[in-house]
Amino acid sequence: MKLDTSGLESFSTLTAPGDDVAGEFSAPPSFQLPNSNDFDGFVKEAIQMVKPAKGTTTLAFIFKHGVIVAADSRASMGGYISSQSVKKIIEINPYMLGTMAGGAADCQFWHRNLGIKCRLHELANKRRISVTGASKLLANILYSYRGMGLSVGTMIAGWDETGPGLYYVDSEGGRLKGNRFSVGSGSPYAYGVLDSGYRYDLSVEEAVELGRRAIYHATFRDGASGGVVSVYHVGPEGWKKWTGDDVGDLHYQYFPVVPSTVEQEMAEATGA
Amino acid sequence: MARYDRAITVFSPDGHLFQVEYALEAVRKGNAAVGVRGTDNVVLGVEKKSTAKLQDSRSVRKIVNLDNHIALACAGLKADARVLINRARVECQSHRLTVEDPVTVEYITRYIAGLQQKYTQSGGVRPFGLSTLIVGFDPYTGTPSLYQTDPSGTFSAWKANATGRNSNSIREFLEKNYKEVSGQETIKLAIRALLEVVESGGKNIEVAVMTKEEGLRQLEEAEIDAIVAEIEAEKAAAEAAKKAPPKET
Repeated sequence: MKLDTSGLESFSTLTAPGDDVAGEFSAPPSFQLPNSNDFDGFVKEAIQMVKPAKGTTTLAFIFKHGVIVAADSRASMGGYISSQSVKKIIEINPYMLGTMAGGAADCQFWHRNLGIKCRLHELANKRRISVTGASKLLANILYSYRGMGLSVGTMIAGWDETGPGLYYVDSEGGRLKGNRFSVGSGSPYAYGVLDSGYRYDLSVEEAVELGRRAIYHATFRDGASGGVVSVYHVGPEGWKKWTGDDVGDLHYQYFPVVPSTVEQEMAEATGA
Repeated sequence: MARYDRAITVFSPDGHLFQVEYALEAVRKGNAAVGVRGTDNVVLGVEKKSTAKLQDSRSVRKIVNLDNHIALACAGLKADARVLINRARVECQSHRLTVEDPVTVEYITRYIAGLQQKYTQSGGVRPFGLSTLIVGFDPYTGTPSLYQTDPSGTFSAWKANATGRNSNSIREFLEKNYKEVSGQETIKLAIRALLEVVESGGKNIEVAVMTKEEGLRQLEEAEIDAIVAEIEAEKAAAEAAKKAPPKET
């Protein structure tokens, strides 16, 4: 496949993710190898920097009334929480959403690039692109950069002529069609809640609540997820943002604190 | 004028690209081709020079498939046609691969026209010497379409059109007699139009019908002969009715 470097024309680029890896990399418009003696070791190190950064929880599922897309908002660099307010659900166009997991820059850039391509498709063909087509465009691009250090684990969700569509696309070049996906370090916890609460014929409110609850539970157990839960719903008219609740508030909402009497407390302390 | 017609990339002072116009001349010398769009099918008909005795007629098919739901007929240089058709077929599959959807008729027409235009603006090449008639069904809406492209790279949609030899007479006939019909009537209209300029007989006409369900179907010689016979009979009846006014008054 030909490398699509059209999006990189006016950017200076680094070949590897990870800003704080030392080095004076010159940044001309084309891909250049960094000046290091041990290139393989360097690449391995760079990949290790990125690996824990898929610290996130995102999920999406199809149900009767469309697609629910939900995500947390924490960004972490190793053990350091760099932000609690990252927008992980990217609005590609008014009827398609993408989720962000992995390298934030990679996800943001390639989703915007995908938005451009979708718009051009619309203009040339006088019809909206299908979710199938959009996810395939992204997957083809990511495949052509395979092995070069991109880190993207995204879900493309949208509503097109054939109804609701959901695809999982990653930087290995994989692309899967499915009804329920969760991506990120908190995904096992989210899957637990999502899979046990899922029914195809949920109402929109119930589905939004299910998405919110699943993300909350993931943020509760996974250190790399947290911040604010965002839930979007994609219907025939396009997407709409439903909630943006802080997980701390949600915790006390789901598990309100029950004051206990003093006697009970002392008994527990001596029994321990 | 002679100085401005050698190179394709040179305009003449009065704004002509002579090579493109000469290519259109080549089209005008090619076999007649006609396309008619019905409500539920599209028909392509091409004039066939009678095949030599020793020639295998099946190897000279003039109406070809670009994909399951798109077909093409052309007038002009047949060798150029082969190249263009191959590129279009590859593009149809490439589109299926990149967006997991079949092409629309408009998309592939735009592609072919774009290709024809590219060869009017490059050095060292000449334009494709053919005009194409492209028919098919939109994979989403199921509506039939007919498009035409020409060597300059322009394209447009038509209800019925003709290209190649004597295309003006055929088009005049179609303008007078076109009606939105369906099924067998569309086939008859196409053959009637072609018969204006071609000697009658299944040997001299190649006809193919595209329907949504079946895709492209080439008509057998016998079938064409039968329809031609029907048309002749109708013509004769119309003549007779004109000559002898009805006596039942």
